[in-house]
Amino acid sequence: MSRFSLSDRAFDRLNLLFVLSITLIIIYPLIFVISASISDPHAVNSGEMWLWPVDITLDGFNRVFQNDAIWIGYRNTIVYTTVGVLIHLFILLPAAYALSRKELMAKKVFLWFILFTMLFNGGLIPTYLVVKYLGMVNTMWAIVIPGVIGAWSVLVARTFFQQTIPDQLVEASKIDGASDFYLFMRVVLPLSMPIIAVMALFHAVALWNQYFNALIYLSDEKLFPLQLILRQILILNEVSADSAATAAGAAQSFSDQIKTASLVKYAVIIVSALPLLIVYPFLQRFFVKGVLIGSVKE
Amino acid sequence: MAVEQPVKHKGDSKILKSLQRNWQLYIFLLPAVVYFFIFHYIPMYGIQIAFKDYFANLGMFGSPWVGFEHFERFFESYYFWRLLKNTIILNAYNLLLFPLPIIFALSLNELRNGAFKKWSQTLTYAPHFISVVVVVGMLVAFLDPNTGLVNHVVRLFGMEPIPFLTSPEWFRHIFVWSGQWQSLGWGTIIYLAALAGVNPELHEAAKVDGATRFQRIIHINIPTILPTIIILFILNIGNFMQIGFEKVLLMQNNLNSETSDIIQTFVYETGLLEGQYSFAAAIGLFESLINIVLLITVNQIARKVSNNSLW
Repeated sequence: MSRFSLSDRAFDRLNLLFVLSITLIIIYPLIFVISASISDPHAVNSGEMWLWPVDITLDGFNRVFQNDAIWIGYRNTIVYTTVGVLIHLFILLPAAYALSRKELMAKKVFLWFILFTMLFNGGLIPTYLVVKYLGMVNTMWAIVIPGVIGAWSVLVARTFFQQTIPDQLVEASKIDGASDFYLFMRVVLPLSMPIIAVMALFHAVALWNQYFNALIYLSDEKLFPLQLILRQILILNEVSADSAATAAGAAQSFSDQIKTASLVKYAVIIVSALPLLIVYPFLQRFFVKGVLIGSVKE
Repeated sequence: MAVEQPVKHKGDSKILKSLQRNWQLYIFLLPAVVYFFIFHYIPMYGIQIAFKDYFANLGMFGSPWVGFEHFERFFESYYFWRLLKNTIILNAYNLLLFPLPIIFALSLNELRNGAFKKWSQTLTYAPHFISVVVVVGMLVAFLDPNTGLVNHVVRLFGMEPIPFLTSPEWFRHIFVWSGQWQSLGWGTIIYLAALAGVNPELHEAAKVDGATRFQRIIHINIPTILPTIIILFILNIGNFMQIGFEKVLLMQNNLNSETSDIIQTFVYETGLLEGQYSFAAAIGLFESLINIVLLITVNQIARKVSNNSLW
């Protein structure tokens, strides 16, 4: 071997060790949460459970499934995410496509009109007042409409269209008498499934995980998305009393309540993250792709 | 008219013809333009309430002007310096960790075992997809003085349990490092892509010259990804003062507010909780202006020094 192989091998070992330790540090809290969600809460709270589950129990999940607030939140989140993603694509894709076409006049003006919002925005208060004027407060629309598209996604989708839809294809179809509308629906969209997947995924994750718009725009608990319910349970420590009562009868001791709270905590984290955890390994490459298209500088 | 200015007329008809042929493209663009107009440009115009006394019945545009009154009140208030200091320290601390994903990406890039590299990437990207609410919920659970795992370890070393989340001196560390936990892996993606573009011939030549692995990283890999690093650094500066406000809000409590009070949480409190819309809008505007000045300054410096800039 070459005369550098010794130091090279030492480098490789150290590097491997470094990456391995970082990776383990990052996944440890996740493993802990998974283990804690199916362990006896006494073992979790006393520190006896620190890696693998101890005294396995599914009680936490039972309590979560019996909790009405969590179910309502779950349903609301699914509705907001679905509706939000559909509107997102409906506004984003045609606009990004139009901006990718060289026949569009004043393209620079439109682009700047959109890009400028990245640089400067009205801020929290004026935006809140606009949403309020529009009568969206305490409706689903306050969650779904503000932020439905951003300048970044327009740019990313536009870059994709520019790179994948050849001009000749557009021109040929136009000579054949196809309208822009027909062209977009029948030719462009079928060729654009990767970008549609990427944009839908990014927006779905953002909607699934956001709590702030719900916090400021919603006061009706029936409309609360999952994240607001999670906030009550995990951070404000309010496990809704009614569900605890139905679960264990009226004569519930204080220590039992604490036990329930800590059981529910970890189980509810798992339940809330479940859809993402399931799809993530399969869709990881789409997410990565989205970041990379977005990083192409013009 | 047409006879006097034939050139202009010809131009007009060209525009008209193009509009006629491509009108559907403008229809495509319309919903997005309407959206940005209503939810971005009207609020921008609405910033004028920072210079007004907002009355709900008079609206954003009908309320009486008061000039810089709200700004003066903010600058003279006793909490102004505390808010500014907290905001700057928290963001500067975060910016200080900017090199971490670069180091991790360089490290991942050197792995010879492709399967291990993939495995490590998949696992370290995962926290990026966890919501802030869950992250703060996990912090609450892990750092609890009585039942939290971290304090069990602290007790193991014979020390008193530490009330991490209610101590001002711990807030910044917890905020910044839990943020790193979430974003470190995800932050490597762009750098790894840039590293894939390193010219292998450079490495071959350096090997012949006797350069070690470490030397080759320093002298070949880092210079290759430097433009990417600079662009991302400018973008980070562009978000200076703005990162993680939603997480700060969740982590904040009466006991740690000495360090966790930042400008944005203050805007939220005074504006949306106390209803002082004009005052809060003025503070928000002050913050946006600092941001823009920072972004432009850093971009100019980067352009002068390195020829890499956003514009």
